[in-house]
Amino acid sequence: MLKEKLNDTFELSNDEKQDILKHKNYYESSRASSIEALKIVQKNRGWISKRALYEIAKILEISASDLEEIATFYSQIFRKPVGRNIIRYCDSVVCYMYGCENIKSFLEKRLDILIGETTKDFRFTLLPTCCLGSCDKAPVIMINDRVYSNLTLQLIAELLESYR
Amino acid sequence: MKKILRTSETHPLTWWLNENQDVVWIKEYKKKGGYLAFEKAIKSIAPSEIIKIVKDSELRGRGGAGFYTGVKWSLMSTDENINIRYLLCNADEMEPGTYKDKFLMEKIPHQLIEGILISSLALRVSRSYIFLRGEYIRAENILRQAISEAKKYGYIGNNVFGSNLSFEIFLHSGAGRYICGEETALINSLEGRRANPRFKPPFPASVGVWGKPTCINNVETLSNIPPIILNGVQWYKNLSKSLDTGTKIMGFSGKVKNPGLWELPFGITAREILEDYAGGMNDGLTLKAWQPGGASTEFLTYEHIDIPMDFSSVSRAGSRLGTALAMAVDNTVNMVSLVRNIEEFFSRESCGWCTPCRDGLPWIVFILRDLEKFKGHKDDVKLLEELCYRLGPGKTFCAHAPGAIAPLRSAIKYFRQEFDSCLESSQIINIKFIKGVQPNNKI
Repeated sequence: MLKEKLNDTFELSNDEKQDILKHKNYYESSRASSIEALKIVQKNRGWISKRALYEIAKILEISASDLEEIATFYSQIFRKPVGRNIIRYCDSVVCYMYGCENIKSFLEKRLDILIGETTKDFRFTLLPTCCLGSCDKAPVIMINDRVYSNLTLQLIAELLESYR
Repeated sequence: MKKILRTSETHPLTWWLNENQDVVWIKEYKKKGGYLAFEKAIKSIAPSEIIKIVKDSELRGRGGAGFYTGVKWSLMSTDENINIRYLLCNADEMEPGTYKDKFLMEKIPHQLIEGILISSLALRVSRSYIFLRGEYIRAENILRQAISEAKKYGYIGNNVFGSNLSFEIFLHSGAGRYICGEETALINSLEGRRANPRFKPPFPASVGVWGKPTCINNVETLSNIPPIILNGVQWYKNLSKSLDTGTKIMGFSGKVKNPGLWELPFGITAREILEDYAGGMNDGLTLKAWQPGGASTEFLTYEHIDIPMDFSSVSRAGSRLGTALAMAVDNTVNMVSLVRNIEEFFSRESCGWCTPCRDGLPWIVFILRDLEKFKGHKDDVKLLEELCYRLGPGKTFCAHAPGAIAPLRSAIKYFRQEFDSCLESSQIINIKFIKGVQPNNKI
């Protein structure tokens, strides 16, 4: 499965191209829109492959190395294939006091992966994240775009079942 | 717990909230007197006059540093030949333990937008950007909708209120990394570069984003602008119980009965917040230490609980007010492990630009992990103190490393016996130090 993902030939769809060009106008330079462009492509494809980088750089008319410099710096841009669902557990200080390390080891054990890895069936990727701004409702995890708060291990186990 | 009665007189930031704490959309906001301040400003106050009002109000930046907003504004270049200036709203809230900007953006988005518009007017800016943290997806959706509402009502766009002025607000959503909250790193990030901080001077007020004069303000700071314009300087000064003017969103998290945030006047004591609002510590727990405003502020102990929460009092006690969202540490938490967690965060989020921060922070984490597992070396605590000095203020490119060692240094200061007892239980291995060459262990 991984091989399939890596050998994928890449072409930006028309929608993606238009979306990128639209966002390009919001900024004073095309370089500034590169984060947005990467996010647009990543939203559809899950991650940014090498070919994707070249294609986006072509549209933005900037050098591919400038774009890669950004893609490798920001933690939310993925340069490796990731699962269909991204689990981000908060490991900052308040969640730490509420037992985020138990959550981490629970998730690692349950999904049979370590932090930063993806399950074999590409269902989940597990990542740490810094404070999600819900310290009054700790502990917190974020799955894809949703934040879940006041969690227990039992609740997390049930939550995981609802993501395919 | 205290019953809170919010009125426009005493709670200028949060009185808009209804009982269910739903989002205050434009209809409700306007009904309660929203955008009146903007109308007043655009029709009857000259830009330089607005800056003077904000200066007189002594509003201080709410992002953590507490720089006077009016002073920051008056530093903006007024050169007539420069016709492009920018206002950036720093909404990249990522400080562990902080959740005030998210609250303001998710509940009362129009107050922020009105604040941005008035500030744009004062600073002669026509295009402003809100730099929002990527993970705040709900805030992003709400702000987008609020901006399009404001466009529909004619507050954003061309010829606002029949004048010849035009205003644009763009929402930029980031892609992670704590360092983006540093104002010059934020500029780099917005320009589509790596979020490494820039050298100052030149300050952003003269050379900022895309080389133009740029003003960067926090969400809460900008939200304070409309009430100041509407109700005047004297009223704003009277809100506070201390030298710092106005109100501040403050809160308590950690193992307290009712964690949360409240709009409170400066000068209220930490004990009042903890006991009257947060309901005190959970049953069976006592307060051992607390951080006044986010992970990068120094720890204080129970002895300091009666200090007034304002910039000068907290710094006199040896810490910083920071974001004023305090975090309580209870007696069951081991300080070595807690500090290890905090340093792991700072070490991961270092941008890697300058050596003390890039290499020093992982080293601190390495030592703390050893101590925690009772595998410490003889001079570890001394070494940590040495590192605190090497990473201290003035020795690194930006404030990331000094902020990172603040909790460590204060933890060693107040809870040294915990560090020492970790060391005493360790099977001590004596490492012979070679001057100038340091172990370079990978974590």
